[in-house]
Amino acid sequence: MIGGIDIVTLIAMLMTASTPVLLAATGELVVERSGVLNLGVEGMMIMGAIGGFAAAVATGSPVAGFAAAALSGVVMALLFGLLTQIFLSNQVATGLALTLFGLGLSALLGKSFEGVRPPATGKIDFGPLSDLPVLGRILFSHDWVVYLSLALCAATWAFLKFTRAGLILKAVGENHDAAHALGYRVIAMRFAALAFGGALAGIGGAYLSLVRVPQWTEGMTAGAGWIALAIVVFASWRPERALIGSYLFGGITALQLQLQAAGYSIPVHLLSMAPYLVTIVALVLLSMTHRHGAQAGPGSLGKSFHASR
Amino acid sequence: MKRRTFLASSAAMAGIAATGAPAFAQDDPLKIGFIYVGPVGDMGWSYQHDQGRQAIEAEYGDKIQTKFIESVPEGPDAERALTSLALEGHELIFATSFGYMDSVINVAAKFPNVKFEHCTGYKRAENVGTYDARFYQGRAIQGTIAGRMTKSNKIGYIGSFPIPEVIQGINAAYIHAKKVNPDVQISVVWAYTWFDPAKEADAAAALIADGVDVILQHTDSTAPQAKAQEAGNVITFGQASDMSNFAPKPRVSSTIDNWAPYYKGRVAAALEGSWKADATWGGIDSGMVKIGEITDAVPAEVKQEAEALIEAIRSGSYHPFTGPLKKQDGSDWLAEGEVADDATLAGLNFYVEGISAEIPG
Repeated sequence: MIGGIDIVTLIAMLMTASTPVLLAATGELVVERSGVLNLGVEGMMIMGAIGGFAAAVATGSPVAGFAAAALSGVVMALLFGLLTQIFLSNQVATGLALTLFGLGLSALLGKSFEGVRPPATGKIDFGPLSDLPVLGRILFSHDWVVYLSLALCAATWAFLKFTRAGLILKAVGENHDAAHALGYRVIAMRFAALAFGGALAGIGGAYLSLVRVPQWTEGMTAGAGWIALAIVVFASWRPERALIGSYLFGGITALQLQLQAAGYSIPVHLLSMAPYLVTIVALVLLSMTHRHGAQAGPGSLGKSFHASR
Repeated sequence: MKRRTFLASSAAMAGIAATGAPAFAQDDPLKIGFIYVGPVGDMGWSYQHDQGRQAIEAEYGDKIQTKFIESVPEGPDAERALTSLALEGHELIFATSFGYMDSVINVAAKFPNVKFEHCTGYKRAENVGTYDARFYQGRAIQGTIAGRMTKSNKIGYIGSFPIPEVIQGINAAYIHAKKVNPDVQISVVWAYTWFDPAKEADAAAALIADGVDVILQHTDSTAPQAKAQEAGNVITFGQASDMSNFAPKPRVSSTIDNWAPYYKGRVAAALEGSWKADATWGGIDSGMVKIGEITDAVPAEVKQEAEALIEAIRSGSYHPFTGPLKKQDGSDWLAEGEVADDATLAGLNFYVEGISAEIPG
């Protein structure tokens, strides 16, 4: 306890609050590393939220729900891939359209699921470990999706850092013409990255509708997808920093509510804007550390690729 | 667009609105528009207004035609939505959130022949009436149950925005909890939203972490109920709608907004041509505030006590804000037996004595 705030509860809460954003940010990070800018994260998340919810209610199994959520995200991402990679549509505009499309379609599909309660997603039983003081509450009291999100973030870090495929992905994102000249399949790589990003965004959305809230309501992602996009930039396209960024955002949200519950009268709006201020400061510092003020983003980010050029 | 052509076209538009629409209204059904702040499926506030809309459709059939726009953010979007409803020939428009107030006043000035009704506001005009319900009466009942049921002597309150309507609720809940349980404390968390299930869930979780075992809410989703259910030993109340999905526990009772009787009356007045802009503030007695079933999770004697209070408020023999009451800073507010007048309540901006939180500025 520090000043009426239970730190253990705060950390346990922020891990739950941050999971959807962490999943979506990790996925989008891989997408952007492959040189594609998909602003449709919010749309993929909300489709995952309704897809996962519907499947979980229909089958009674949260696992089936999360699988369906991943699939919903992948379908959305492949639609985006088809438009931007095959038909070479503008990535920014298509991403925004994907978000609006997802918000509308999910509202339509979700009409009959309002007021329905989903099956509970189980917590993992760690036996005696969860009785440990402090660490037990923080590390061993969560549902399996929290651990999945951490595992996926670590796997993404290892994939980008140590594997050949990860190097190729980064090469494609850095300079797609050079990668193409070397014989790598730019479009296939980008489709794979998009599918991965869609799956993670979908799971992140379903975490909201199945665990964090848990119920379906229209527009329930409430901007989480946009925060995920901001975190990718904050993280300068590195998974380990995305983890820090997500937990920072989630932590401030959890903290401001806990401060209020404990009776502090710190202006809520100051805390709400804190993560964004940190993002801006981080970006300024990053561009100062890079020579010529260049951004840390992949070189081909957001540019269309066509082999004939 | 040049200023002159702009002025000419807006004058023409106003002309159509002023003269055109009523001329058609003789034969065509009366067009009635609604704007909602949340989705109709929120199972709370907007859902309940839409129940009212459906009730007037059932009542008046072909004589009217209704249209609603849901999830309209407060601010410029509301002004656009109201303007488009007015331009489409809607003659009676219900704007159902506090934050639409200035938008309604602005749009109403441009369409003098359209009748506007603003829910929970206090600004009126020739063609703008307001209506509200005395939700604090329901909070008094909830406070009584909360005070009796709490074991930790800590009750939590999820506030939306620090406006008089919400502050009335916090005060009424606290006063009545304190009456039956002198040790009770109240923690308030402001969500700064009417409807954001994830944030409401987090707010409930923060309150539960702080040790409360009763949660009252002035936000519209059922997310706090879901969190309370997960915690197991926490009770909640339905807000705006019955939220009976979560009965018998954690939801043990509810305050239900029942707009249908009011909407029926106003539509009848508009059809007859006797509609006038005025202010309505109905309570349990007029049926605008209904108390949902008190479940068996509440002990019988507490249930009786709550029902007696409902009856006392209904018959008018008791007012939830009856002195002696002091303000939070210790200064006098109401003397022994004195009842708060409506004007003070409508602008209520202070907590009563005993609440330790501060109202955010």
